[in-house]
Amino acid sequence: MGKRRKPKLAVWKFASCDGCQLSLLNCVDELPALAERVEIAHFLEASSAVMKGPYDLSLVEGSITTPRDLERILQVRRVSKFLVTIGACATAGGIQALRNFKDVKEFVSIVYARPDYIETLETSTPIADHVPVDFELHGCPIDKRQLLEVIGAFLIGRRPNVPSHSVCIECKLKGTVCVMVAHGTPCLGPVTHAGCGAICPSYHRGCYGCFGPKETPNTASLSREWSRLGASEQEILNVFRGVNANAEAFRKESDLHARRND
Amino acid sequence: MEVFSNRIEESPAGGPGFFNPWIPHTAEVIGKRREALGVHTLRLRLRDEGVRRSYRFRSGQFNMLYVFGVGEVPISIVSDPDESGVLDHTIRIVGKVSAALVSLKKGDTVGLRGPYGSSWPLEEAVGKDVLIVTGGLGCAPVISVINYVANRRDRYGNLKIFHGVKTPKDLLYRARFHAWQKHPDTEVYLTVDHPDLEWKYNVGVVTNLFREVRIYAQRSVVMMCGPEIMMHHAVRDLLAQGLAEDRIYLSLERNMKCAVGFCGHCQFGPAFICKDGPVLRYDRIKEWFGTSEI
Amino acid sequence: MKILDRNSVDLFFDALKRQGFALVGPTIPDSAIVYDEIGSSADLPVGWTDEQDGGTYRLKKRDDEALFGYVVGPQSWKKFLHPPSLRLWTAHREGKGFKIIPEQDDPPKLAYIGVRSCELHAIAIQDKVFIGGPFLDSSYGLRRENVFIVAVNCGQAGGTCFCVSMKTGPKATAGFDLALTEIIEPGRHYFTVETGTGRGEEVLRDLPYTEATEADPATVERIVEKTVSQMGRTLDTTDIKNLLYQNLEHPRWDQVATRCLSCANCTMVCPTCFCSTVEDVTDLSGEHAERWRKWDSCFTSDFSFVHGGTVRPSVKSRYRQWMTHKLATWIDQFGTSGCVGCGRCITWCPVAIDITEEVRAIRETKK
Repeated sequence: MGKRRKPKLAVWKFASCDGCQLSLLNCVDELPALAERVEIAHFLEASSAVMKGPYDLSLVEGSITTPRDLERILQVRRVSKFLVTIGACATAGGIQALRNFKDVKEFVSIVYARPDYIETLETSTPIADHVPVDFELHGCPIDKRQLLEVIGAFLIGRRPNVPSHSVCIECKLKGTVCVMVAHGTPCLGPVTHAGCGAICPSYHRGCYGCFGPKETPNTASLSREWSRLGASEQEILNVFRGVNANAEAFRKESDLHARRND
Repeated sequence: MEVFSNRIEESPAGGPGFFNPWIPHTAEVIGKRREALGVHTLRLRLRDEGVRRSYRFRSGQFNMLYVFGVGEVPISIVSDPDESGVLDHTIRIVGKVSAALVSLKKGDTVGLRGPYGSSWPLEEAVGKDVLIVTGGLGCAPVISVINYVANRRDRYGNLKIFHGVKTPKDLLYRARFHAWQKHPDTEVYLTVDHPDLEWKYNVGVVTNLFREVRIYAQRSVVMMCGPEIMMHHAVRDLLAQGLAEDRIYLSLERNMKCAVGFCGHCQFGPAFICKDGPVLRYDRIKEWFGTSEI
Repeated sequence: MKILDRNSVDLFFDALKRQGFALVGPTIPDSAIVYDEIGSSADLPVGWTDEQDGGTYRLKKRDDEALFGYVVGPQSWKKFLHPPSLRLWTAHREGKGFKIIPEQDDPPKLAYIGVRSCELHAIAIQDKVFIGGPFLDSSYGLRRENVFIVAVNCGQAGGTCFCVSMKTGPKATAGFDLALTEIIEPGRHYFTVETGTGRGEEVLRDLPYTEATEADPATVERIVEKTVSQMGRTLDTTDIKNLLYQNLEHPRWDQVATRCLSCANCTMVCPTCFCSTVEDVTDLSGEHAERWRKWDSCFTSDFSFVHGGTVRPSVKSRYRQWMTHKLATWIDQFGTSGCVGCGRCITWCPVAIDITEEVRAIRETKK
């Protein structure tokens, strides 16, 4: 085992807040073990030293928002054997995908003194819209245990234990009482991808969907329940237009409520 | 209090407390043979001599094979049950665990639990014609029965093997089919949906062949394995030819985690594929078979 | 039948502790009555009750100091017998191979305080799954062996209860060491105690009980009868197996799928649902591996995954699988229904899907 070349790990940043990369840096206890197993070859957040590609495992943070990034992601894909997107920006377009629902040119003309200096796309889109992605790790930010799980699974050739079911299952496994049934608090848990460990409901808050849609999400049924619990159309619209606004199931649901609001 | 009596006096393992069916034994890879692109047969031998000696299986049963750190999958046993000490498993790469299994080398170790599940009706079929119907890429479970019958040719009547695939390149075990064809009183019928220029066998779905071949419904037992849609049509056509429902056996596949009826994943209507199956008699599952998404 | 005064309840608990049992029972850490460790009767939901209906659960103050004046909460005893998450074994590399080390499983001796009749039946049903067949689940078996069960006859029914329909309650008839009925009269708060086992009798022996009077069994019957009359739901089980077997393509499955969130809450709260998955995990070094078992649900896409895809991509087929299993195929598999009528799946469904209503709809428009 020791004689084999260590796999090269690269971390790439596109339009994002760096929070997901920080999740990797936050793995203080695990970093030495990780460095034993992989060559951290490209991770600008941690070190300016850069090793040449190709890279065995690339972690990609951020969404595609500029023409330059559109080219850069093709290059990243070319030098990456296994490409994992991390976080809501990379997997869904992030909070900056709210631009997808508005006129970007108008924003630019209002915000910037010299709009002609600004080169930006009209949309913020996930990495998988542009290149093949080998695995998507959801979350805003991602959960560091899940990140280590994905890396560990990659190293040994295993499918990562990152279930795509609802947050509800996480609540029930922990023994957290359902905030929707026992408090009448609107919660996105039933349509949201597990992974955070059901943090919000543990603090008596409703989930607001940081990890994006679960598999087979029934957003229409949940929206009806939110209305019954007293949420307004605007509130329902807002909750689906969060950091995962551009994820297909959430986008379609929010569009529906936007039309009703008009 | 009968139903609630909770002390189990005898455990199958004989050890103190409860036998734990979740714990794999270890087995050594003692041979590996390439069958086709992405299909390999691993020959395994249980490491513990006591376990090896008490291990018995029947044709059609499967083992749960574990690759260290990667995971565990059900794989049917294709070797002859009377061949002592070795267990052959034909594995097609369909995911991470099967890929890891076929990448193992001689001398490597796997975890092994089993044997599990029901077996082919090889006693019932004695003296009768045996019809094997397989399709697609997953015909490993019937290889064991073909080998079994081929090795005991005098005990069974005519052996007919029907095998259908989409295209000629999907035809795995080509050499084996050719070899079987040469066995006495054995007929092999191959068919593809989409032939190429070199294809010299039949064209069309496997069920078309039934009409062209003399089948003696009264003295035949059918054993089939393959895509459910293929088996669905095959059953329908065989019933039309007079085969009795209780003479048709199917090997089914479902997600499996435990193989002992605890995890619930492999349910097919009332049947647990892991313990009632994988080989199920058609009349026992006919209400469910053919209903979509069961 | 014996009589134990309310003031002797803590003596009773102490007697159980002296026998080596840790107590688990109903308590209110939060917004619902859950099962957890308890020390004394003060930890019980004294003076509280629950109001339940489809998709809603609320705690309410009672106008008395009842200890067991509620119905059932979101949790069941399966969390102790069949833990949500359990390590099965660990393994480490050794030379060219590896070595598997079974988990040293040494569960504590627990006394379950306040087990309802429906829950006794649920435990008996899971016994059949885990220790009633050719294979024995050792983790379940070890936990099950160690349990002392104190049942409580229900003094009231909840809005989603239908144990009467399922013939599983509300009176505990078997499966307990001791069974209590709580009786609150003006100026008197006491329990009748029935013994189910010798071990139950033994615990009782050291307590300041009195013998029941002739009137007490009648009082218990009256309480149970009142509970029977309060059932919030009913389910007609007549020939239910064939009803569902013959209606696998009923349009009602499509209708329920428009509401069902496939969130899996019903299966998590169900006291008989036993499905689990396994996770093979490794550390970063790749030298150590473990296998964990976790609760799983037939409502997830992964549940039915075989290479090439999932067998049940539609929510319709997942709901059908769950309900048909619970009420019909379970009978073929284990000789009983998989439903005990506790109503949890109705209460804890965020969108209030009601299994009794679904059966009714299919029955009314069956093939």
